[in-house]
Amino acid sequence: MPHSETESLPLLQAQSLCFARNDEAIFGPLDFELRPGDVVLIEGDNGSGKTTLLKVLSGLLEPSSGNVLLHGVPLTLAKLSHQVALLGHLPGLKLELSALENLRFATGMGGIRPGITPRLALASVGLEGYGDVPLRTLSAGQRKRVALARLLLVPAALWLLDEPYANLDREGIELVNRLLDNHAHRGGAALITSHGAYAFTSGMPRRIALRPAA
Amino acid sequence: MKSGTTTSACLALLRRDLLLLWRRRGDALNPMLFAVIVVALFPFALGPETAVLARIAAGTIFVAVLLAMLLSLDALFRSDLEDGSLEQLVLSPHPLSLLLGCKVFVHWLTTALPLILIAPLLAQLLSLPPNMLPVLLVALALATPLLSLIGAVCVALTVGMRRSGMLLTLLVLPLIVPALIFGAGACNAAQDGLAYSAPLLWLAAWLVLSLVLAPLAAAAALKISLT
Repeated sequence: MPHSETESLPLLQAQSLCFARNDEAIFGPLDFELRPGDVVLIEGDNGSGKTTLLKVLSGLLEPSSGNVLLHGVPLTLAKLSHQVALLGHLPGLKLELSALENLRFATGMGGIRPGITPRLALASVGLEGYGDVPLRTLSAGQRKRVALARLLLVPAALWLLDEPYANLDREGIELVNRLLDNHAHRGGAALITSHGAYAFTSGMPRRIALRPAA
Repeated sequence: MKSGTTTSACLALLRRDLLLLWRRRGDALNPMLFAVIVVALFPFALGPETAVLARIAAGTIFVAVLLAMLLSLDALFRSDLEDGSLEQLVLSPHPLSLLLGCKVFVHWLTTALPLILIAPLLAQLLSLPPNMLPVLLVALALATPLLSLIGAVCVALTVGMRRSGMLLTLLVLPLIVPALIFGAGACNAAQDGLAYSAPLLWLAAWLVLSLVLAPLAAAAALKISLT
């Protein structure tokens, strides 16, 4: 695809996106788009379908109607790309392995951004010196930071973060905000869910409110 | 930006799964212990007559090895599901069937291969005639990857359910009975001085078919289970 064409297309586009489970509507219809540099907050109460929305946007679940477009191309489970990094409730880390071993596996699977190494990524989430101990011995917040380090390593333009602030201390919350800012400045985009009100460093981001479908 | 190749993804997965197994190496020994205990109990139950034991040796070893493998099958995707690694695996842009093929290979390498390696000891416990050992080993080498592959499809189908162990056993057993019949049948035929290559060739043909189809089926089943 020519470069200029990818610039003009939004990174992610949701077109009248609906999701229903067992004929019960979970959310939708939703229409929104994310362009490079966008950070969007998805708000909603418990059970309003925030996690489900992220799963649909990542391609893990098929929407019951509507489309998800990545760079203008429909997203299907059969045809995913390196463009999306999902950080779910479950971080996808192995507790028996050390942080570095986990991160090396992630880069083996998903590739690596130029100019960064697993060790540097760990240092930038404040876990310098914790690289070689098993993850089992780290706290929940520290494990979350390891999961965030994975996002820094993997060359994905779109981050889908499910409750990235959970388990983090005040410093950790600032860290997430800083990572999001940097990612947006690099031309990435992020969609994050949260049910709490957190102060963002650079003003309030765009919001999408999920309400129980009528 | 440098994105990973499929080869490097498979290598990373192999390395991680082997490393994980090494960290839990105590658990990894369980299937082997199980097979040894089962086989060692037979002479106590049936008496030490060599003729009787030699008659049942191949079949007993086969059953013990297949059951021992079944023990570890349930865990094939379990921990990956529980910590979210499975989601990441499905979301990775590499062919899921290939990645699952790697996981199945690790399962075979770490449960079946040790069992095949101790098969001579098991054969000794049941006084299997030494000249029958090569047939037994070839039959096991063909039948065990079949079980790993077929088992992976069944595990992928049931991984989304809680307490899937019983269902998994019910699903897998009928599918591996033919492998048992042909594998143990080849050994029995050899012991009776009959031609034994036909059942082994059947096993081989079935293995080739499964090598191609089972990873694809497992990938499809896993995607259904996750949604």
